[in-house]
Amino acid sequence: MSLVKAVQLEKTYRAGDVEVHAVRGVDFTIEPASFAAFVGPSGSGKSTLLNMIGCLDAPTAGTLTVLDTDVSRLSRRSGAEFRGRNIGFVFQDFNLIPVLTAYENIEYPLIMVQQWSAGDRARRVNELLKAVGMADQAHKRPDQMSGGQKQRVAVARALVANSKLVLADEPTANLDHDTAYRILGLMRAMRDEFGTTFIFSTHDPKIMAEAEVTFTLEDGRLQREAGQPVPEAAHA
Amino acid sequence: MLKLLQLAARNLLRYRRRTILTSLLIVIGVMAVLVFVAITGSFKSMMVSQITDSFLGHLQVHRRGYVASIESLPLNMNMPAQLAERVQKTLADSPDIVAYAPRIKFGAMFSNFNETTSVRVNGIDPEREAAVTPLLAGRQADGVRGGPLLERGQMLVPELVARGLQVKAGDTIVLIATNRDGSVNGKTFVIRGTLESATGPGGRDGYVHIEDAREMLRLEQPEISEFAARVKDMARVEAVAGRLAESFSEVRNKEGRPSLEVHAWQKLSPFANIASMIDLLTVSIKVMLVAIVLVAVMNVMIMAVYERIREIGAIAAIGTPPARILWLFLNEGLLLGVLGTLAGAVLSVGAVYGLAAMGLTFNFGQQQGLVLAPELSAGDVLTVSLMVIAVAILASVQPAWKASRMDPIQALRHV
Repeated sequence: MSLVKAVQLEKTYRAGDVEVHAVRGVDFTIEPASFAAFVGPSGSGKSTLLNMIGCLDAPTAGTLTVLDTDVSRLSRRSGAEFRGRNIGFVFQDFNLIPVLTAYENIEYPLIMVQQWSAGDRARRVNELLKAVGMADQAHKRPDQMSGGQKQRVAVARALVANSKLVLADEPTANLDHDTAYRILGLMRAMRDEFGTTFIFSTHDPKIMAEAEVTFTLEDGRLQREAGQPVPEAAHA
Repeated sequence: MLKLLQLAARNLLRYRRRTILTSLLIVIGVMAVLVFVAITGSFKSMMVSQITDSFLGHLQVHRRGYVASIESLPLNMNMPAQLAERVQKTLADSPDIVAYAPRIKFGAMFSNFNETTSVRVNGIDPEREAAVTPLLAGRQADGVRGGPLLERGQMLVPELVARGLQVKAGDTIVLIATNRDGSVNGKTFVIRGTLESATGPGGRDGYVHIEDAREMLRLEQPEISEFAARVKDMARVEAVAGRLAESFSEVRNKEGRPSLEVHAWQKLSPFANIASMIDLLTVSIKVMLVAIVLVAVMNVMIMAVYERIREIGAIAAIGTPPARILWLFLNEGLLLGVLGTLAGAVLSVGAVYGLAAMGLTFNFGQQQGLVLAPELSAGDVLTVSLMVIAVAILASVQPAWKASRMDPIQALRHV
């Protein structure tokens, strides 16, 4: 069964007096434990699609099912609950909380979004810190970390609440190439380790080559669907 | 909740200078109010006690209509013996009354055998009067001090009259009064001492023994002009007066109206209006404090939300419920209020103790060098503290609400 399924998905919004068709009749499915990318130039609709999958935005038409839930009908509060339970986010600008350490940033969703016990939190956060290679940087605040380190923490934060899906909008845009590849390698390793589906967006052809499934968007339309088979282990 | 508070505290420390400046503003506001409350409160209570404890008493009981015509001290409006007995019994039985004293008041001519002037005479029971007006003895400027306020045949003469007629303690004078039947009666008295006025230069009230008053007025029955009483808890004086009036309400005159009236000191002294003005000033100062805290905290919180729009977008995107975002910002306002209030309250208590130790003095009427002893009650500190904290939270509601309702997409796009 697919993890994400879009049928004739459309998104139109107004920018002043102009009606913008950001997404036009898109159909796609993404299987569990995929490592998928939406690629395309700026304004092609990548971010809009990710926002709709992440219940941050609602489609104008069509249906969008995520984890067997029709997310196009969710209220603001239900959307927040659904995100908190199932979806992790990795942002282009990292968006870590500046006053919290790496440890506390990762711990944040377990306190503010889900209510985990202190013992469970400590176990899970330490597991993630180790997994993303930040165990020895746990006490550092974002202003004491490099861009790559911040994105590692952001990946750990996205995974900490056992998210089934992680959405990453241009996660490597603010990183140099070496670091970008390392972050993508980390994300893939996390997919392999935790079986989490990763969907990211990029306009960088070198980065898109790292994806196992790619969806190319142009002017809000899906141009072609291509990909490589998802590793067996990822389906577990 | 504790984690939210911790996060709120760290967010406040993120903008250390702004937080310190805002807290300082709250501290100064709280200090201004509490020191003002302490000084005016002590001034008010001292003035009230000067008035009630040196001549008025906390409350008075009269026959109906007596107070309205008190300028003429009408003898025909005295309480007859039976009514006075009833009042005396009620006052004696009341658990709220710690002392009461009967008085016979009348107008008289005061003569030093060469000159004559008018005086208002209070016939008092010295022992009971001292219990109701404990500061009366302190107003005696010369003559024999200590022991009973006065003995039979003695008079305490108002300073104004003594100076005008050039008499002093030990001199003999004569009082001439007309009784209810129109007979003129005179009696000589020895001046025990002169009395400083409690309220200003106009006081013409002298004191004689109640038995001498009865003798002068040839009262065959022990009738009384007024009862003055001292209550256990001054803060509840109006409630006590109300309860007494209720218990007297069954005593009716020929027209079927209550025969007796009970007046708390506020109804008998114009200083009550000054006291009300002091209270009004205190309220005004508190309103100013509310405005200061409201503007200061609201300004800080609006800035905090504006500067953290992307951060709010991120925490909303990862699923933080809107209610928790609201509470996060409310907690920041709460902490600002608590921080400023705590520091302000501690500094205020120190400042008030300092002022009390310095011994501020002032003059009131004829009373010179009254020492002001400002003090803060726990109630005052608690009221102002809760008010400031509540206003700080209130000032955070709009910015916090705005943060909680932010669209994550728009917030994440904010530059």
